[in-house]
Amino acid sequence: MTATPGEPSPVRGRIADAAALQVRDVCKVYPSPDGGEVLVLDRMSLSVRPGEMVSLLGPNGCGKSTLLRMIAGLDQPTSGDLRLGNQPITAPSAERGLMFQDPNLFPWLTVRRNIQAGLVARGVLREHRHEAEEFLRLVGLEAFADVYPHQLSGGMAQRAALARALVNRPAVLLLDEPLGALDQFTRMRMQDEVVRLWQTRGTTMVLVTHDIDEAIYMSDRIALMTPRPGRIDRLIDITMPRPRQRTSPQFLELRTAILEMLNFAGGAKDGSA
Amino acid sequence: MAGKTHTTDAATQNRESHPVTLSAGQLATASNDTGYVDCGRPLVAVVAPMVAAVAACLIHVFIPNGQNLEPTWMDPISVWQQPYPIVLQGLFLVSLFLALLHWQCLPARPWVRYYAPLLAGAMFLFGVDDLLSQKLAWLPWPFFPGPGMVLGCSIEDCGIIFSSTWHSLLLLVSGYVVGVCMGVLTGVLIGWFPSIRYWGMPLLKVIGPLPATAMVPAVMMLSNDSFIPATALIGFAVWFPVTMLTSSGMSNVRLSYLDVARTLGAGEWYLIFRVAIPSALPTIFIGLFMGLGVSFLTLIGAEAVGVPGGLGNYIKAQQSSMEYTKMYGAWLVTAVLFSGLITCLFRTRDWVLNWQKGVIKW
Ligand SMILES: Nc1ncnc2c1ncn2[C@@H]1O[C@H](COP(=O)(O)OP(=O)(O)O)[C@@H](O)[C@H]1O
Ligand SMILES: [Mg+2]
Repeated sequence: MTATPGEPSPVRGRIADAAALQVRDVCKVYPSPDGGEVLVLDRMSLSVRPGEMVSLLGPNGCGKSTLLRMIAGLDQPTSGDLRLGNQPITAPSAERGLMFQDPNLFPWLTVRRNIQAGLVARGVLREHRHEAEEFLRLVGLEAFADVYPHQLSGGMAQRAALARALVNRPAVLLLDEPLGALDQFTRMRMQDEVVRLWQTRGTTMVLVTHDIDEAIYMSDRIALMTPRPGRIDRLIDITMPRPRQRTSPQFLELRTAILEMLNFAGGAKDGSA
Repeated sequence: MAGKTHTTDAATQNRESHPVTLSAGQLATASNDTGYVDCGRPLVAVVAPMVAAVAACLIHVFIPNGQNLEPTWMDPISVWQQPYPIVLQGLFLVSLFLALLHWQCLPARPWVRYYAPLLAGAMFLFGVDDLLSQKLAWLPWPFFPGPGMVLGCSIEDCGIIFSSTWHSLLLLVSGYVVGVCMGVLTGVLIGWFPSIRYWGMPLLKVIGPLPATAMVPAVMMLSNDSFIPATALIGFAVWFPVTMLTSSGMSNVRLSYLDVARTLGAGEWYLIFRVAIPSALPTIFIGLFMGLGVSFLTLIGAEAVGVPGGLGNYIKAQQSSMEYTKMYGAWLVTAVLFSGLITCLFRTRDWVLNWQKGVIKW
């Protein structure tokens, strides 16, 4: 465990008032199909500093989505404790946004109305309508504002979902493989977009990803998770300055190091973790 | 084929399924792009209605009657001036007008090519019916009168047919509206709240399938005025399918939509009215269509067995007095009325579910 705090990222405005996210000794048990129980998360702990971008990297089924759902308040932990600042997390709230791999835009609303959804849900549309317009512009979808979601490409739909998640200005944005379904080019462009929005907003972000390059490119810290039952295996600080170069020697070095930690470096190595 | 649209940009999003105005530039691909299916050969399509009108008219005027018709008010009139041939002559003029329109007015072309063969087909059917019944008498009088007799005799009764239609329409619409409102309400409650579902579902399954027409005699005993009980009866018949489909739509909302809404700060009200109901609407509309069908059956059935007035009553009366021409006339009016109502519902659905255009094929 190398949980030493790294340098806070330089380009950040109003993060001082943001609250830290604490996951302490969280266990999650699901009933298994055969009638027994599966331990999905085993005494998992993680703390995310205000305004930080943390990536969760781990094999399929290790409980990453489960963890994000609990942070969002959509599921309750079997035991353990989740907090944002001093507040325990018990229910979903607009201060913790969640974005899935599937954009999940409401198909019956136009892009603009999708982005306004959070404002409508909180009953503040009248006062904050301009913010929806601002996010529409920030993600470059003004021309598609009055179009229904099925008419968008995958990348555009994901940008709309991002704008919708951000419109409430959540303190924490949880991203569950948000770019997983996009092609490589769109994905790299979207990575820049997310980083840009993160830098201007100062939102705390927890990003689940399968893509090592994406994790290195975007995050302040990477949390490697063990296979089920999931828990944090290592924390890796990424201190490279931003904007990062995907081709810099430092980047490639880190990539190699992570691949070796995951025993995917290639060659005949002993595969026991 | 038209109908399959690949819309990827904002410009095409508002494409109507029945556009009447097209720019000249779009005409190059008109048959594929307008939503109108072409029958294949434009010339045939445009000429066919005129040919059908002339043929039907000639059949009626020049082939001698095979059926032993009873005397009617039309007997003293020259055959060219009887109602049915006059209608055919009018339709011939309409066909001529359509042909001219096709020739002269480019924007109307796809529209003409779509509707002209249908018009021709309708007149062709009348001609065949005329031939089989009145002219060749392969079908016996008085059970199978030809179109000339049906039209002629029904015109005699047009006042009472009109008032019966109005009576039926009023009853149908009020019963349907009551049934739909109740059905959507109970459907939403049963579909959304598990505790209401627990009690409501068994109740629904027991009383829902009761045939409403079987209750007519009992219901008619309740009140002297027939309108309210008849409305309640139709409302009850409509209520069941609407409730079933609404509750099924409500309980099958994609959970991820609800999750997203919750993380956006949505409360129960938003989840029900802004997520679950909109996403259930396609299913609810299936219930509305089923309800409409049931309401037709119930209306005609109820009027035939006891609710006074209305088309069902008129049809029953004409049947008992062996006035089959008028019975068919009333049937025809009923068919037109019902298909008009179904069309209204389709239009409403197209408008409400506009967002589905391009997601699924209607
Ligand atoms: N609602 C649920 N009921 C039962 N088992 C579940 C449920 N959600 C997730 N699981 C199980 O928990 C494990 C972890 O799932 P998940 O968090 O989605 O993994 P990841 O996102 O890391 O791939 C999986 O084995 C999955 O089968
Ligand atoms: Mg997952």
